[in-house]
Amino acid sequence: MAIGEDLAGAVGRVTAPRRARAARATRHLPLAPALIMLFLFFLGPVLWSVYSSFTNAALTGDGAQNPQWVGLENFRRLFSDPNVTNGIWLTVVFVLGSAVIGQNLLGLGIALLMRGRNRWLRGTVGAIVVSAWVLPEVVSAFIWYAFLGQDGTLNQVTKALGIGSQDWLYSSPMLAVIIANTWRGTAFSMLVYNAALDDVPTDVQEAAELDGATGWRRLWSVVLPLIRPSIVTNLMLITLQTLSVFTLIYVMTAGGPGFASSTLPVLMYQQAFKFSEVGYGTAISLLLLAIGAVFSFVYVRVLKPEA
Amino acid sequence: MLSKSLRIACAGGAAALALTATACSSSSSGGGSGGKTLKVAYQRFGNEIHVDAHMQKVKAQFEAAHPGITVKLDPINVSENDYYTKIDLMMGSSSTAPDVVYEDTFLINSDIQAGYLTPLDSYLSTWADWSQFPDTAKAAARGLDGKTYGVPMGTDTRALYYNKDLLTKAGIQVPWQPKSWADVLTAAKAIKANDPGVIPLNVYSGKPDGEGSTMQGFEMLLYGTQDTLYDGSSKKWVAPSKGFSDSLQFLKDAYSGGLTVPPQQELDPNIGNVVGGQLLPQSKLAIDLDGSWVTSTWTATGAKPWPDWSTALGEAAMPTQDGGGKGTTSMSGGWTLSVTAKSKNKDLAAQFIELALNKDNSASYDDADGQIAVRNDVASDPAYQNSNPTTSFFTGLVPVTNYRPAYAEYPKVSDAIQVATEAVITGQASPADAMKTYTETLKGIVGSGNVAAGSS
Repeated sequence: MAIGEDLAGAVGRVTAPRRARAARATRHLPLAPALIMLFLFFLGPVLWSVYSSFTNAALTGDGAQNPQWVGLENFRRLFSDPNVTNGIWLTVVFVLGSAVIGQNLLGLGIALLMRGRNRWLRGTVGAIVVSAWVLPEVVSAFIWYAFLGQDGTLNQVTKALGIGSQDWLYSSPMLAVIIANTWRGTAFSMLVYNAALDDVPTDVQEAAELDGATGWRRLWSVVLPLIRPSIVTNLMLITLQTLSVFTLIYVMTAGGPGFASSTLPVLMYQQAFKFSEVGYGTAISLLLLAIGAVFSFVYVRVLKPEA
Repeated sequence: MLSKSLRIACAGGAAALALTATACSSSSSGGGSGGKTLKVAYQRFGNEIHVDAHMQKVKAQFEAAHPGITVKLDPINVSENDYYTKIDLMMGSSSTAPDVVYEDTFLINSDIQAGYLTPLDSYLSTWADWSQFPDTAKAAARGLDGKTYGVPMGTDTRALYYNKDLLTKAGIQVPWQPKSWADVLTAAKAIKANDPGVIPLNVYSGKPDGEGSTMQGFEMLLYGTQDTLYDGSSKKWVAPSKGFSDSLQFLKDAYSGGLTVPPQQELDPNIGNVVGGQLLPQSKLAIDLDGSWVTSTWTATGAKPWPDWSTALGEAAMPTQDGGGKGTTSMSGGWTLSVTAKSKNKDLAAQFIELALNKDNSASYDDADGQIAVRNDVASDPAYQNSNPTTSFFTGLVPVTNYRPAYAEYPKVSDAIQVATEAVITGQASPADAMKTYTETLKGIVGSGNVAAGSS
C-alpha cells in the first residue's frame, strides 16, 4: 500500500530527468526479490510443464532416465483417448452444474433474499453459508464422503425413517460432487452479489416501482443490468476455480467408479502419478488451460462487462 | 514512509532469499555427532506392519555393529499405488533419495530402467550367503544388463481361503478343493442361497487396489486359461485372447450375480485391510482369493490377532478354468531390498541389506510376514516349516506357480488391466469391450509390433 502511494506520488512529481531515472531505478529495487521469486516458483514450473508435455517424461522406466522429445505425440494421443473426451465433457458438466448454475444462481438468490432483512437474520444466514466456504477443501470433501458413503449419515437417517438407502457416490458420482461443490462455494458468489446489490441505487428501483414494474421485472430490467460487471467477474472467478477442483472429487470418488467422475484435473493426476506418465499428464493440464481460456473468452464477449 | 517500506521489503526479500538458499542447499547427509545417517524407506500401511517391525530390529543390530552410524527409518504410510509413486519421486532427486529402498518385484524392472537403482554384483560376489539364494530368486531383480539390483526378502503364492463353518452350513463338504471356475461359482451361489447376509466370494478388482487387483485377482484367473499376458517364445504381448475375455467374464458373472463384495466397497483403496482385518475374522466372507501373507495379520504379533484363524479357515488351491493343464495355478511375486543410485552411502547400504537378509533375519521376517522363504537354508529349516500351519500348503504351490512378465512396461500393462476389470465389475463395459480397450492401450504401451492375438 505504502509503496503504491509512493509510486503514485513519484509519478506525479516533476523532477530533473537524471534524478528521476535514479529514483526510478531504486524504486524498483525492492520489487526485485519478489520478481525473482515469481520467475523461480511460478513461471518456472509453468514453462517446465509446457516443455514436458512435448516429451515422454515419466516417473519410472525409460522416460525417467532420459526423457525423449516426442513432439506432438502426447497431443495426438490426447485427442484419440476416450478417457480425455469423457474428461472434457465431465469437466464442462461440473463447471456448468456446480459453478454457473449451482454457486452462481444460489449465491444470487440468497443475496437477493437477504436484502433489506434485519441485521440479525443477515448475519446468521451469512455465517452459515460462509462457514461451508471457510472449511479447507479436504475437510468439506471428507464431510460429504462421510455423509453420502455406504454407511454414512444420510443412509443412517433414511434407514431410521424406513426409506431405502442411496449410493450416489457409486451410482451418480457427478451429481454427488456437483452438490458438494455447490454447497462449498456458494458463499463466495453470495458475498460478491451482496456487495454488488448494495451499490444499486434505491432511487432507480423506486422509480421503476412507481412505473409499475413487478418484482421479477425490476430484477430483470433494472437490477441485473446494473450489476452486470459483478456477474461477469464472479462467473469468471468461480469458473476458473471450479475448473481446477481436484481435492473434493479425489477424496469423494477418486474419479471413479471407472472413469465416471474423472474430470480433467483428476485424470491429469491419474496419468501423471498413478500411471507415471508425467509428459502425458502435463499435456492434459494444457488442455485444461485451453478450456479455461474458452470459458473466459465467452464471458467477456457475451456479457461485455465494460459496456 | 518510503524508507520504511523499503526496509521491510528488503528484509522480507533477503529473508525469503535466505530461505530458498537453505532450502536448495540442505543436504541429506549428516546427522548425529559427525556420524553418518543411513536412510531406509519402506511401506507401512494398514495391516502391513511386519516390514516395519523387521526394520526396527535390523536398525538396532546395525547401529550396535557400526558405532557412530544412525539408521533413519522412513515408514511410508500409503496404499500400494501411492507407495510406488512416492518412492519414484523420492529416488528421482539426490536430496530426497533414501539409501535402502523396499522394492516390489512388480516395479523393479521399471525402476532399473529408470536408473534409480545401483547394481549390487560387486557386493554380492563377496557375500557368502548369496549362494543360498536359488536362481529363480536371483532372477527376480536382474536387469536387462544381467546385473542384480536387489536381494529378495521372500516370495509368495496365492490361493483360496475359505471359512469352513460357512461352507459346511451351505452344504459344501470340507476340506474343499474346487476343480474348476464353475465349482467356485457354484459354491458361492450355494453360500448366497443359504445365508444372504454373507459375502460368498472376494476377487480383488479395479484401480484402487492397484497391483493387488491385477495379481491376486485377474492374473489368478488368466494364468488358469490357455493364455498368458506375454508369450516368451514369440516375445510378444498377448491380446486379444479368449483367456483374457473369459477371465473378465468370470468377474462379470461373480459381480453381477451378487456373489462378491459390492463393487462400491471393492473400489475402496482400503479393501485389502477390510478383507483381512474385518470380513474374514468376523465370518462375513466365505471364500477369499488372496495371498499367502494374509495370515500374518492374525498372528500374535499381527495387526489384528485372531487366535482361531487356523481352525476356522481352510485353504484350497485356485483351480484352472476347467481343470486342464496342471489342474491348479498360482502367481508369485515378492519384494526386494535395493540400494538407490543416488545414495551417498552405497557400501553401508549394501551392508545393511546383507544384515537384514542373513539367515536368522530372513527366517524371522518370512515367518512373521507369512512369506515363502527364498533362501535354501531357511526353507529347509524345520523351525521355519512349522512356524505357520499354512507354510507347507503355500510352499507346495511353487510347482504350479507363474511369474509376471519381468519387463519395464509391466506396471503400465497392470494399470490397463485394472482399468479393464473396473469397467467390467461396475457394468460400464462388457468383457469384449473392455478387452478391446485393453488391446488398444497395450499397443500404445509396447508398440503394435509387439502385440499378437492369443487363442480365440
